[in-house]
Amino acid sequence: MSVAATAIDAVERFETAWQSQRREKRRQLWLGGLVLLVCTALASYMAEINPRNLFEGLPGAWNYIWRTVPVLRIETFRADMAEWYWGFWHWLKLLFETILIAGLATLLAFGAAYVGCFYASANLNGSRKGIWVVRRVFEIFRAVPELVYALIFVFAFGLGAFPGMLAIAIHSAGALGKLFAEVNENVDTRSVEGVQSAGASWWQTMVFAVSPQVMPNYVSYALLRFEINVRSAAVLGFVGAGGIGEELLLAVRQFIYPEISAILLMIIATVALIDMVCERLRTNLMGEGRQ
Amino acid sequence: MTSPRMETALPHASEIAALKARYPQIYAAEQRRKLKQFAVAAAIAAFVGYCFWWIGMGWDRFFAGLGKLGWLFQFLFPPSSGGWFTYFLTGMGETLAMAFLGTMLAALAAIPLGFLAARNIVSNRVFHFGIRRSLDGFRGVDALIWALVFVSAVGLGPFAGVMALALSDVGTLSKLFSEAIENVEREQGEGVRAAGASSLLETRFSVVPQVLPVFVSNVLYYFESNTRSATVLGVVGAGGIGLALADRIRINDWDQVCFIVIMILITVSIIDVLSRSLREKLVGKQPLPV
Repeated sequence: MSVAATAIDAVERFETAWQSQRREKRRQLWLGGLVLLVCTALASYMAEINPRNLFEGLPGAWNYIWRTVPVLRIETFRADMAEWYWGFWHWLKLLFETILIAGLATLLAFGAAYVGCFYASANLNGSRKGIWVVRRVFEIFRAVPELVYALIFVFAFGLGAFPGMLAIAIHSAGALGKLFAEVNENVDTRSVEGVQSAGASWWQTMVFAVSPQVMPNYVSYALLRFEINVRSAAVLGFVGAGGIGEELLLAVRQFIYPEISAILLMIIATVALIDMVCERLRTNLMGEGRQ
Repeated sequence: MTSPRMETALPHASEIAALKARYPQIYAAEQRRKLKQFAVAAAIAAFVGYCFWWIGMGWDRFFAGLGKLGWLFQFLFPPSSGGWFTYFLTGMGETLAMAFLGTMLAALAAIPLGFLAARNIVSNRVFHFGIRRSLDGFRGVDALIWALVFVSAVGLGPFAGVMALALSDVGTLSKLFSEAIENVEREQGEGVRAAGASSLLETRFSVVPQVLPVFVSNVLYYFESNTRSATVLGVVGAGGIGLALADRIRINDWDQVCFIVIMILITVSIIDVLSRSLREKLVGKQPLPV
C-alpha cells in the first residue's frame, strides 16, 4: 500500500469517527432540548401559567411598580421627601432591630457550631457514632427553612423578635456547623500532637491547637452567614417574628404604595451597606491568615 | 532562651515568680494578650445582653414558651397526612414547577443582562457601575419580599411565586454570568480566528464553550436553592406547599405539619442529588463560585 493511500484511509477514518461523534452530540442536544421543553410545559401547567395570564399579569405588575414611585417635585422637594419617608425614624429603629436579630442569631449559632463542630470532624473525633449523630443534628437544623421554625416558635413564644432570632440561630447553627467541621478536617496535625504531648485534655487540644488554626475561616464564614441572616431577618416580620418585615407587610396589605418603595429602598440600602462592611472585614481577615 | 512554654515542666510558684521578675517583657506580652481576650469577651457579652434587653425576653416567658414547645413536640409524632396526601403532593408539584420556571425566567433574563454587565462587552465605566449596582439591589431583597409584592400586584397563586423567584435571582445570575464572560480567555478565540472563522463563528466556538459550563452549573445550583425558597413562598400566598404548611400551623394540625416538613426534606434532597449528578455529567466536577 502506498503512502498516499494510507493517508486517504486515515482521513476517511477520521471523517467517519468525527461524523459519528457529531451525530451523537446533536442527538444529545436534541434530547436535552426536548426534556427541557417537556419540563417547561409540565411546570407551566402545574403553576397555572399560560400566555393569557402572562399578558394580563405583567402589565398589572408594571402598574403596581409604577404606583409605588413617589411624587417628588423640585420646588417642594423637602416636603415631598418628608411625606414619602414619613416613618423614617420608626423604620430605622426596626431595621436596627432586624440587624440585632441577625447579629445575635449569628453569634449564638457560632457558639453552638463551635461546640459541635469538633465532634463532627472525622480527624478529631474517634467515635464514628458520635460523628454520625452530630452531623445528622446539624443536617436537621439547616434542612428546615427558617420561616418554618419562625412560624412554630411564634406559636410557642408569642409574637416578637425572640422567636425570629431563635429560628435564624438554629438554621445558621446547622449551616455553620457543617462548614466548621469541613474546615477542621484540613487542620495541621503537628500542633495537635504538640499540645497533646504536653498533657492537654481533648477539649484543651481543640481550644489551644485546632482553634487558632481555623478561627479566621470560622469568622469569615460567620460574617458571610451574618449577611445572609440580615436578608432573612428582614422577612421574619411577615409571620410576626420581629424586624422591619411587619411594616412592609402592613404597607403592602393596605396598599400604601409609596411606603412600599420607601421601606424596600431602606432594606436594599441596609443590606448593601452590611455586605460592603462584611466583605471588607473578610478580605482583611483572609489577608491576615495568609501572612 | 527561656520561653513561657517552659512552664509545662512542673515549675514551682517561686520559680515562676523569679521568671516573671527576670523576663518582665515576655509576661507583659502574655498579659496584654489576656487583656485583649477579656475585652473581646466582655464586648460580646455586652452585645448579647443588650440584644436580649432590646428584644425584651423575660425568663418567665422563655420557660413558658419552652413548655409549650415541649407540649407541641409530642403532637408532631407520629406524622400523618390526615387524608390530604394528594393535596400535599399537588402543592409539592406546584413548588417544584415554581422553582423550575422561576430559575428558567431568571436565566433567560440574565443572559442579555450578563453581557451588558460584562466589562469587556460594554466598557463604559458609568454604565458598568450603574448596572452592577442595580443588579446588587435585586440581590439584596429576599424572594419572600418580592412574593409579597407580586401577590398584591397579580393576585394569589403560583404566578406571583414564579415572578418573585425570577426577580430575586436575576441579579445574582447576571452578575455570575458577567463575571464568566469577563474571564473568557482570548487565546482560544485567536486560535479559532486563525482557522478562518468569522467573528460570529469565533463567539460560537470560543466564547460559548467557555461560558456555557458556568451558566449551566450556576443555573442548576439556583434551581436547587429555589426549590428550598419555593417551599415557604406559600406563607404569603404565592402558591406551593408553603400555603398548606402555614395553614396547618395556624390551625394546630401538628402531625400534618411534621408530615409536610418531612415531605419538603425528602423533595429537597432528591432535587439536590439529581441536580448534582446532572451538573457533574454536563460540566464535570468544578467548584461553584458562590
